[in-house]
Amino acid sequence: MRNDRAERMSEDDDHRSQPSDLDFTTNKARNCSPVASGSGSGVTEEFQPTYLDEVLDNVLENVLDFLTSRRDRNAASLVCKSWYRKEAHTRSELFIGNCYAVSPDRVTARFTKVRSLVLKGKPRFADFGLMPPGWGAHFNPWVMPLARAYRPLLEKVHLKRMSVTDDDLEMLAESFPGFKELVLVCCDGFGTSGLSVFVRKCRQLRVLDLVESEVSDDEVDWISCFPEGESCLESLIFDCVECPINFEALERLVSNSPSLKKLGLNRHVSIGQLYRLLLIRGPQLAHLGTGSFSLSELAPHGDQEQEPDYASVFSACKSLVFLSGFREIIPDYLPAIYPVCANLTSLNFSYANIDAEQLRPVIRNCHNVQVFWALDSICDEGLQAVAATCRELRELRVFPIDAREDGEGSVSEVGLQAISEGCPKLQSILFFCQEMTNAAVIAMSRNCPDLVVFRLCIMGRHRPDHVTGEPMDEGFGAIVMNCKKLTRLATSGLLTDKAFHYIGRYGKLVRTLSFAFAGNTDSGLKYVLEGCPQLQKLEIRDSPFGDAALHSGLHQYYNMRFLWMSSCRLTHEGCRQVAQALPRLVVEAIGSPNKENMEMDDPVDTLYMYRSLQGQRNDVPEFVTIL
Amino acid sequence: MEKALGYGNDLNLKATELRLGLPGTDEVEEQAVSNVRNKRPMPEASMAEECGGNGKSDAEHETAPPAKTQIVGWPPIRSYRKNSFQAKKGEPEGPGIYVKVSMDGAPYLRKIDLKVYQGYPDLLKALENMFKLTIGVYSEREGYKGSEYAPTYEDKDGDWMLVGDVPWEMFTSSCKRLRIMKGSEARGLGCGV
Repeated sequence: MRNDRAERMSEDDDHRSQPSDLDFTTNKARNCSPVASGSGSGVTEEFQPTYLDEVLDNVLENVLDFLTSRRDRNAASLVCKSWYRKEAHTRSELFIGNCYAVSPDRVTARFTKVRSLVLKGKPRFADFGLMPPGWGAHFNPWVMPLARAYRPLLEKVHLKRMSVTDDDLEMLAESFPGFKELVLVCCDGFGTSGLSVFVRKCRQLRVLDLVESEVSDDEVDWISCFPEGESCLESLIFDCVECPINFEALERLVSNSPSLKKLGLNRHVSIGQLYRLLLIRGPQLAHLGTGSFSLSELAPHGDQEQEPDYASVFSACKSLVFLSGFREIIPDYLPAIYPVCANLTSLNFSYANIDAEQLRPVIRNCHNVQVFWALDSICDEGLQAVAATCRELRELRVFPIDAREDGEGSVSEVGLQAISEGCPKLQSILFFCQEMTNAAVIAMSRNCPDLVVFRLCIMGRHRPDHVTGEPMDEGFGAIVMNCKKLTRLATSGLLTDKAFHYIGRYGKLVRTLSFAFAGNTDSGLKYVLEGCPQLQKLEIRDSPFGDAALHSGLHQYYNMRFLWMSSCRLTHEGCRQVAQALPRLVVEAIGSPNKENMEMDDPVDTLYMYRSLQGQRNDVPEFVTIL
Repeated sequence: MEKALGYGNDLNLKATELRLGLPGTDEVEEQAVSNVRNKRPMPEASMAEECGGNGKSDAEHETAPPAKTQIVGWPPIRSYRKNSFQAKKGEPEGPGIYVKVSMDGAPYLRKIDLKVYQGYPDLLKALENMFKLTIGVYSEREGYKGSEYAPTYEDKDGDWMLVGDVPWEMFTSSCKRLRIMKGSEARGLGCGV
């Protein structure tokens, strides 16, 4: 499971805010109008600051220090030029939701004292192979400008869906010797050699979290490269690193890290090795990724006399609230975690192929669990067990073992209904299944009024309610109608324009929408673009929406971070018209045929468009055409 | 689009295999294989090969038997997650090793894929679940102690062997069928071989 920071990153997505990247234009306009005197605004070269102005300036600076939310800071920066400048000089945490929305130079020119940077790259559908490799989102163009502008202040960098190279990591480490925190979520482009250089040079490193990133195996022992002696490491998460590690070096490192609170092991760490680590650091750990939770590949099996008492070492883990891992679980070892269940707030079994029988004795004790991820191997019975105990559940994710359209389905509306009845505080759900009914979805909309995120994936395309044969319109309609706090929705199954009508009519707070194989006509998309004023991110694939629908959103696109439409009915001409109408929008046609032969009616395979202050990017690959 | 399976395979069974799938539907399995090893380049590269055959053309084939047609990026699971299960099941190079499993006294046989299991404990657990019985603890000296069942298999030579004697890899490559023996016959196997 992504750690807190990554969760916070996606929470940030959802903050309703004025686009900070477009502040500059609006502020310019504001500056031209006359302002009242004494406010310290409209400063020109001739203006002599009075004593009062200086006092106000100091006050302002001190007050701004207290503003941490970027929404508040964005608002403050719009008041007047003076406030804009002051805010820019005091903002220490910078969030950039789209690395192509603004250039590194522009960022470093405006914000001068940045300590922490969050930078996001590719759109989410790139995770599913819909974006050819080499599209972009490189961290490299950022490294030098950051090094020039923010040395030595910058100490935290969080990247999501960016391509980071070994050289980038080295450069980062060299430019910021006091660097403290690196979090890479869904990133790629680097390997263990880059990691080894990074950890060797960052002697003040507190946090190194690699979450669902591709790390290439350069056969370098990066764990050994941590500096010798006492370390200030607080968090080390590497469960996604798919190469063996030097366990002795890890053991030494853990031993030398008295502040270590979070440890996420990869599947090459056996349960026996986990045991040894817990003996050292168990009582301090708040967050643990258990590794394989299985025997070492090398250990002789059946060696039962020498098995340590795993339950006892877990009993000592009194601080543990977050538990994940179980990458190759041998279910016989599950009882070892019983001692910690009562304290857990977060349990991630999404790599553990266990059934309801095996889950029951564990979940029975998890009264405090708020976040639960699992595989559908637990079946509806398992979900019923969850519903029976986890009254505090806020977030549920159920992933399929068999991720195929026509695969074996193990969870259904029965499980969904049970959860809705047992977990009324549910706020976020991601549910993969083979079949579903409107009735269960409607029930959830009524039983779980606090829902903020509702993502249902019926894996068969165009699949209707399997009991009534009706489209899933009513179910999703009920969700937007009854869940008044809903900000994120992902749909599936057979959907007509009616579903879109509901969303446009009731989804007034919705910020992120994902559609696939849905809708009948352009009206569907129109309803949504016209009806959802808070829309920030819209991702659509394989739906029958064309140029007319696209044009119905012209009023909205500057308010959005991006629009993605793949395998719909857009033409080059239609997209080009949008590009012309909205000059601050970058309109990318991805996977287009040969540029020279492009004609008006040529279909656009994938449209990805986003607002930007920097205009067309300079690293466009061959298969992308900017319209 | 069809890749002939290399000469590394003894019999090149793929070339003579009769299937119902559309041509080129093999690619999903091939990708999964290349994704298991995580050396550069990025696995997305192999996924991209399918980008040309994207959802649009596949939607037209809705009425075709969907059994093996996989749409790119659907369902929306990150390849990292998908690959975790491929890796878990062991290297899925080529088709699974399906063997019949019979149990003395049971009215019908079952079939299992040996590739899915990582070793003997895994397999035995699965058999216990499947037939609702306990098999007991294996020891080299005494066979399976503690229950009246003993798992046996017929090997390439036609001999009936006790499950667990040979290394796992050797077992999976030589096992033709499984039989769970019960009662005195089973106990007989344990002693004095």
